[in-house]
Amino acid sequence: MTDLTTLTLAEARDRLKSRAISSREIAAAHLEAIERGAGLNAFVAVTADKALRMAEASDARLARNEAGPLEGLPIGVKDLYATKGVHTQACSHILDGFKPPYESTVTTNLWRDGAVMLGKLNMDEFAMGSSNETSYYGPVASPWLPPNWSRDRARAAALSSEKRGLLTPGGSSGGSASAVAARLCLAATASDTGGSIRQPAAFTGIVGIKPTYGRCSRYGMVAFASSLDQAGPLARTVRDAAIMLRSMAGPDPKDSTCSPSPVPDYEAAVGRSVKGMKIGVPKEYRLEGMSSEIDALWARGAEWLRAAGASIVDVSLPHTPYALPAYYIVAPAEASSNLARYDGVRYGLREPGGDIAELYEKTRARGFGTEVRRRLMIGTYVLSAGYYDAYYVRAQKIRTLIKRDFERAFADGVDAILTPATPSAAFGIGEKSSDNPVEMYLNDIFTVTVNMAGLPGLVAPAGLSSDGLPLGLQLIGRPFDEETLFALGATIEQSAGPMALPEPWWS
Amino acid sequence: MSVDLNTVRRIAHLARIAVSEAEIPRLQGEINAILKFVEALDAVDVDGVEPMTSVVPMRLPMRDDVVADGDIAPLVLANAPLTEDGFFVVPKVIE
Repeated sequence: MTDLTTLTLAEARDRLKSRAISSREIAAAHLEAIERGAGLNAFVAVTADKALRMAEASDARLARNEAGPLEGLPIGVKDLYATKGVHTQACSHILDGFKPPYESTVTTNLWRDGAVMLGKLNMDEFAMGSSNETSYYGPVASPWLPPNWSRDRARAAALSSEKRGLLTPGGSSGGSASAVAARLCLAATASDTGGSIRQPAAFTGIVGIKPTYGRCSRYGMVAFASSLDQAGPLARTVRDAAIMLRSMAGPDPKDSTCSPSPVPDYEAAVGRSVKGMKIGVPKEYRLEGMSSEIDALWARGAEWLRAAGASIVDVSLPHTPYALPAYYIVAPAEASSNLARYDGVRYGLREPGGDIAELYEKTRARGFGTEVRRRLMIGTYVLSAGYYDAYYVRAQKIRTLIKRDFERAFADGVDAILTPATPSAAFGIGEKSSDNPVEMYLNDIFTVTVNMAGLPGLVAPAGLSSDGLPLGLQLIGRPFDEETLFALGATIEQSAGPMALPEPWWS
Repeated sequence: MSVDLNTVRRIAHLARIAVSEAEIPRLQGEINAILKFVEALDAVDVDGVEPMTSVVPMRLPMRDDVVADGDIAPLVLANAPLTEDGFFVVPKVIE
């Protein structure tokens, strides 16, 4: 019998529908894989009983021919989605013990369509990080072996909580990416504020899409930067990502920024011809000192699309270099406002204080990790009297210019833009210093522009580095044109050939 | 622009985060590294540019002004670290 955890989401769906396998079987196979993979630290809460109950209910619906689009498919949920009665802490200590009495819209949509919840996935605290090292629950290891490491050495490192030397799966959706790449779940929810879906997808050799701002409801997602945050899936194929997004997306009266437009059948776009499409290659993404490997990968991606009948044109997005600095004003500013709610009074951690101010200050000092505290202080500073115009308003003006760059390219007839996903392959846990936070921030240099402009961005695996680690390419689309990205992403996926995910050394 | 030690203390207080004296020089270094990084924005000519207020061109929808939810005080209080008689409990605020 084939290992049920190696099926793609689409394959599992079809086998469930034909009753070749049961939802209970495939849920049990994944729960076992999660147990064996505990050393990766991808899950922060496993909901085994709930998973089996949901699977049995799915089997009953399948038997009655009442199956939803995701009926019986076991998935993981990033810890920032509110799941009723289940651990929801955005991997922060300040939400200690928080169990929401309500469900996020995205997960509500997934359960409506029949998906089965395996548990909650590790992430950077409040999604602030690019390596999953800021989680209160410790770092996540990537299932990819560090270059020249033996399986035994990796297994020994995975037993320690520091996981030193193992590769990071990226962040902030590190648990989601690691779990999907290690076949601990068929797919997972993730979220992306500056690259938190796409960078982990690139680092672990899987597919991720950040849809257009407003495509998915943010109701019940723990907020980081509200004008940038967007939900999206991580999956092992472009088709699987399309299936997931169709269920996750959709109008929601509980989020006034959520688009009322109907959700297209994204899966139908997978395999659609890209002939005649015009693909822009922006010269500003060719960074000084960029590795020749990334450059070659990018050129190869363009060649694949050309071979499939698309035309490649040079485009200019002149404000690209300012996106990351502007992001590090806008995102912390919005975070400092959003995270004001964690005060030790209504939920989570509480540190006693002599007066209310002391209660707040002590609770927040103990409950927030180093990176979160740093960003809250930056955000507070750029919003403070006398600095608001110089920092925040200027950054929002630059955001207008960044968006205008994209609008010009699209007005010139470009259907999508092709860029590298990350400046390098995955790095090691503990490798980047914490003295200079900017070093870590540079990971998002190719992805952050997309959040600043509210556009959809898809990352698909495109090859391996000279060290044998996965590298991804990013496709950026017009607002609400995720379908074009799925068509182009599938072309890249097919041209690159199947990504051979690592054999389990962790069990 | 860069921040001095006193400004770090002031920001920490505004953010309602307790910091020890020992932490302040390190925080100053980190904050200044970020401020130096964002200095690049000074080179951009933003004259006459509207600051972005909404990333997608969309009118916020209006809904009927009616009660949509409520009468769930026990749920609202369910996660509170300290409650009494259906209220959140905090240290005395008014003398």
